[in-house]
Amino acid sequence: MSDIASHAGFGAPSRRRAMPGFGLTLGFTLSYLSLIVLIPLIVLLAHAAGLGISGLWKVLSASQAIDALLLSFGGALVAAGMNAVFGSLIAWTFVRYDFPGKRAMQAMIDLPFALPTAVAGIALTTLYAAPDGWLGAPLDALGVQVAYTRLGVVVAMTFISLPFVVRTLEPVLEQIDRQYEEAAATLGATRWQCVARIVFPTLLPALLTGTALAFARAVGEYGSIIFIAGNLPNQTQIAPLLIAIALDQHEVGTATAIAAAMLMFSFLILFGINLLQSWVRRKGGYRGA
Amino acid sequence: MAHEPVEAEGGMHGAVCVNARAYRSVTTESTFVRRLLIGFAGAFLIVFLLLPLIVVFAQAFARGIGAYLAALTDADSIAAIVLTLKVAAIAVLLNTAFGVAAAWVVAKFEFRGKNVLISLIDLPFSVSPVISGMVFVLIFGAQTWLGGWLIDHGVRIVFAQTGLILATVFVTFPFVARELIPLMQAQGSDEEYAALSLGASGWQTFWHVTLPNIRWGLLYGILLCNARAMGEFGAVSVVSGKIRGASNTLPLHVEALYEDNMMVAAFAVASLLALLSLLTLAMKAFLEWRHGDEIAALQGGR
Repeated sequence: MSDIASHAGFGAPSRRRAMPGFGLTLGFTLSYLSLIVLIPLIVLLAHAAGLGISGLWKVLSASQAIDALLLSFGGALVAAGMNAVFGSLIAWTFVRYDFPGKRAMQAMIDLPFALPTAVAGIALTTLYAAPDGWLGAPLDALGVQVAYTRLGVVVAMTFISLPFVVRTLEPVLEQIDRQYEEAAATLGATRWQCVARIVFPTLLPALLTGTALAFARAVGEYGSIIFIAGNLPNQTQIAPLLIAIALDQHEVGTATAIAAAMLMFSFLILFGINLLQSWVRRKGGYRGA
Repeated sequence: MAHEPVEAEGGMHGAVCVNARAYRSVTTESTFVRRLLIGFAGAFLIVFLLLPLIVVFAQAFARGIGAYLAALTDADSIAAIVLTLKVAAIAVLLNTAFGVAAAWVVAKFEFRGKNVLISLIDLPFSVSPVISGMVFVLIFGAQTWLGGWLIDHGVRIVFAQTGLILATVFVTFPFVARELIPLMQAQGSDEEYAALSLGASGWQTFWHVTLPNIRWGLLYGILLCNARAMGEFGAVSVVSGKIRGASNTLPLHVEALYEDNMMVAAFAVASLLALLSLLTLAMKAFLEWRHGDEIAALQGGR
């Protein structure tokens, strides 16, 4: 590569000068990034800082805000856990087994990414509505209420973050060399021991990454949740809904404080995911999400 | 489960004399466990993915095709369709230009802070959609000095179409870039250097060498970007004044109809968006199947 560059005869000491467009593309990238993403986020954080510690505390210590934040983060944790279990199961069946309908199921996996969240929201609400929804009716007979309860919030969060674990695990599972399982089996390990002691440890970093991505998505989710959650203060209000309500009532300070708290938590999660991914990359083979 | 004896030529052995089914590979599970796992996975996908999708169409056609078409040809629905197309077109165009520029600078050059830049590009994915819309209210809202000044000069951003576009651009910001960056990094720069050494200009090199190499990856990114742009709800709901026929995109129109208890109309409009998502998935699966090696670096969730 560098050979060609020096033969190009520009007399350039480095490859950088032979390839045009550095200034243009870097300039455009940085200005656009700053205008659309960085400056708006900094403005938000500056507004939050303007409230002061006491101002932030006043908003965030209100029971409605605490409950909403707890629901967003707690619900997301449960949903991510559900997806860790079922996502692993789905990825396993996709990679290891062949069965009729597999191609269709694989194509369907990304539906939560493609289906607009408002559509998912009203569909889930209708599906789980208590007296006569397709799933709401049988669940109602069993005494389980999903729509307009916290369970509904978890269901919507599970739906929206479903693809992450499957999509992160699939490529790693495909790369696993079955030699080790074969070797363990010849040494007398049962199938369960092979899976638990050989396959699972290999998958663990990717599983954690996928689960963390699912968690991060579920925490901030809005559209698919608000319909099935209803709007009960201290019960089914998620943090983003509280922000939307505050903005609607022109309580910009309240909205800013909750948003800043969410952003801080999200950045911490993001930082954790980055650490996880560099750990995965060090273990080799897997190219990150 | 019973553990079968393992022999070097076990497969052949089994096929010839003993009951073939008694011999299975040591790296898979018994038929019973296999069916059980497939059953669980299938049931989970049917309950969580298929049923919600079917509900949309079942509700949309609950009162026949006439009511369905009437809901879609309603003036407010048409206005929402037009606005959604317009907002998505502008957002996709801007983010495509950005994605190509960002991928070029990241893939073709070495510079300090490159990894930070890559992380910052992904930032909007970890911001809640409501917050993505809210930041523009904080900047351009009527109560801010900039917003106030602009309104005095006849420019409305929040509660107007510009706000919808800004919020959509924010939310769909990383899609094209994160598709192209790993692809262009994997492809390297040899072909570009060859073109340059033969006397091609920078733009000629881009149009005739780079673009043909990345076209399928680019299309893939645009596809995902567009799906999100047309379907975005949280971010636009904060910046839209929700004026029917004027500042409601399709997802906001769905919400408005749903809250008015106009179920057939709400689901009819929702079915349009559901069809769009199915079309997106089909095109995505086609691109992965037909041009998988040219899209490359596709692993992982987004």
